[in-house]
Amino acid sequence: MTSDTRYDVIVVGGGNAALCAAIEAAEAGCRVILLESAPRAYRGGNSRHTRNFRCMHDGPLSVLTDSYGEDEYFDDLMRVVKGKTDEHLARLCIRRSEDCLPWMEAHGVRFQPSLSGTLSLSRTNAFFLGGGKALVNAYYRTAEDLGVTVLYDAEVTHLHADGNTVTGVDVAHGGETTTLHGTSVVVASGGFQADLDWLARAWGPSARNFLIRGTPYNRGVVLRDMLDQGAESVGDPTQCHAVAIDGRAPKFDGGIVTRLDCVPFSVVVNRDGQRFYDEGEDVWPKRYAIWGRLVAAQPDQVGYAIIDSKSLELFMPSVFPPIKADTIEGLAQQLGLPGRQLRDTIDAFNAACPADPEQRFHPTELDGLATDGLDPPKTNWARPITEPPFYGYALRPGVTFTYLGLKVDDTARVRSAAGPYTNLWAAGEIMAGSILGQGYLAGFGMTIGTVFGRIAGQEAAAHAL
Amino acid sequence: MPYDDTDLTPKLAEAARQVEICNACRYCEGYCAVFPAMFKERAFGAGDLTQLANLCHNCRGCYYACQYTEPHEFALNLPAALAEARHETWERFAWPAAPARLFQRSGVALATALVFGIAALFWAAAALAPASGDGFYAVLAHGTMVAIFLPAFLLPLVAICIGLRRYWTEVGGQRITLAHLRDAGRSAATMRNLAGGQGQGCNFEDEDRFTNARRHAHQAVMWGFLLCFASTASGTVLHYVFDMPAPYGLFSLPKLLGVPGGLLLTIGTAALVRLKIKADPALGAPALWGAEMAFVLLLGLTGLTGLMLYAATGTTFVAPLLAIHLGAVLTFFLSTPYSKMAHGFYRMAALIRDAQVKRG
Repeated sequence: MTSDTRYDVIVVGGGNAALCAAIEAAEAGCRVILLESAPRAYRGGNSRHTRNFRCMHDGPLSVLTDSYGEDEYFDDLMRVVKGKTDEHLARLCIRRSEDCLPWMEAHGVRFQPSLSGTLSLSRTNAFFLGGGKALVNAYYRTAEDLGVTVLYDAEVTHLHADGNTVTGVDVAHGGETTTLHGTSVVVASGGFQADLDWLARAWGPSARNFLIRGTPYNRGVVLRDMLDQGAESVGDPTQCHAVAIDGRAPKFDGGIVTRLDCVPFSVVVNRDGQRFYDEGEDVWPKRYAIWGRLVAAQPDQVGYAIIDSKSLELFMPSVFPPIKADTIEGLAQQLGLPGRQLRDTIDAFNAACPADPEQRFHPTELDGLATDGLDPPKTNWARPITEPPFYGYALRPGVTFTYLGLKVDDTARVRSAAGPYTNLWAAGEIMAGSILGQGYLAGFGMTIGTVFGRIAGQEAAAHAL
Repeated sequence: MPYDDTDLTPKLAEAARQVEICNACRYCEGYCAVFPAMFKERAFGAGDLTQLANLCHNCRGCYYACQYTEPHEFALNLPAALAEARHETWERFAWPAAPARLFQRSGVALATALVFGIAALFWAAAALAPASGDGFYAVLAHGTMVAIFLPAFLLPLVAICIGLRRYWTEVGGQRITLAHLRDAGRSAATMRNLAGGQGQGCNFEDEDRFTNARRHAHQAVMWGFLLCFASTASGTVLHYVFDMPAPYGLFSLPKLLGVPGGLLLTIGTAALVRLKIKADPALGAPALWGAEMAFVLLLGLTGLTGLMLYAATGTTFVAPLLAIHLGAVLTFFLSTPYSKMAHGFYRMAALIRDAQVKRG
């Protein structure tokens, strides 16, 4: 690598969106370099932890069954973002998703039918065979075959701009920092959720206790740099998407296996042995996302889900075995909870459960089996916790992504205070806040990354050639 | 009881640790038969792990797709964990166990056995030289060959049956029906578990690039071996039933089966050797690499010397080539229950068991 090499397109980032941009630009005939801050073993950003792609389709398409139209897709989105979206960009993304699936297959991605034991997504979400890392591997193969230069351990620290034109990209690689020159630049370097200092400044000091579900390399360096230079932002700067995950998960990169699906069948208490929210409010796929926030609001940002042996096999197996004891007091001791208080909480819960739960209990649908006179109530699946052994799982907030990003138009072009940049495009998590203002829709992150990665690559190439 | 790994050997316990992580992820469901079989369970005992280990064909698709391989602290390497567990089961089930420990682990042992096998045949040819006979029966009488090879074929067969019986008990196998055999046979015939789930093949010789090279090479070896075996069997039938002793012409059943069989076996083993040299040994059982390689070379030598023997018909090379060929065959037969060859039998048993589970 030399600083006098001039590239047509410089792609900053190494996940799905970056790869889609690099492949599109290389196929258009551009000389492309892709700068991935992670080492090769951890390449791919959060994409390596993903598993599917939400896709609009008119009729059966690849592994997708039936059809999934634009309006239904948009309604599903509106339900989670509650209005916080740019409808024009959202609909563009949804419409373009249909073309993306065959494009993905043509560039090495393989799909498989909806996974066993998961929520039924066979109509809306196309699962990657082998998951997101297999997709990332396939794209790197394709990009390298197309002649894209790939640098690992290459962290971009600064973009030089002259007015609204990017003139150089500083990259730290192999112990030195070099300025690369490219006609077009695509930034697809993710959010800032792995920078715990930033997270703590945005959310509050308790964010230091959060676990980061994905890559430790999404530190938001390029995002910060561009915002400091006056690029227009979008999305709530203080917010992140967090779900409740196993409290024993690694600090970073725990991924899918750290999820815990036991909450609807449990009683969840805080550090002091007190309940704090309706565990049975809705089916888990519709509630798992709020529990990160609920646990984050508790002392020490921790919760404990308690079940008995009746419920052990009602949810997907978790990666860590549960803590197990023959008595509630014994379980409290092992979990570090006040034994007397936990006993009282469970007794109060049990007393408030309906008398004949077994006939009415239905684990896969809202069964209306609700507590009576308990505050907060449990409004479904309220069966008493009585059958030893008892099991407990610690819950902590696991951050998936952050919402703050760069504002883009429908050509993925980034805007400065002085109007659109002439040669800078953004794709993936770094601009997802434009469409996903809050909440999350399964598989939609990969859709945004693929659609806008491709658009950014095409636009960057058209500018460069 | 879930999560109670106390009755497992260290290798099975490591396989259990990894399988429990896989079971919480499930991204690899579509690669092969191992994952759907795994996802039916929540807890894994010795029988479950033995079955999964023998069902795994080491295609490595799951390794390269895995988000939890090293340097991640979960340190998943499922192909290696199952390979280690698999070899351990073959040693545990082998009867007697001692030769399995030797030939599973040591390529030198197999090579030494080969030298002895060939020497034995040279000795037999010299000491028991027949007074008359055609073709290679001029070197070694038919009766002498039968006296050597009948026990060398039947005794290992008995040993294999004992091992399979032990396997079947451990995995909880049930009565086998024609449908189970048909399912398993189809899977083996097409090497479905080396197809990557969609025909794209394995991640073997070039990291995460999918190719069918290993699948095709293995097909050549398997079909080549079966053709050679059929050739020998057809010769036996011609000899005893139709009173048509060897040598046979090119357009006879033994030659029509044996020549293509020998070619497939030779080419297939050469391809397997090439692929095995390129592949990452850390994704298998690294300590057994030499023994596995020695076994492939022994198979290849059997095929190649068989072909050379035919090509040398009528020349003075027949006598030494026959001794080398039959020495290789003898070593192959005798070591079958204890060498990598055992995998074919256990793999078939695992496929039959998988068919039973799938059919409920």
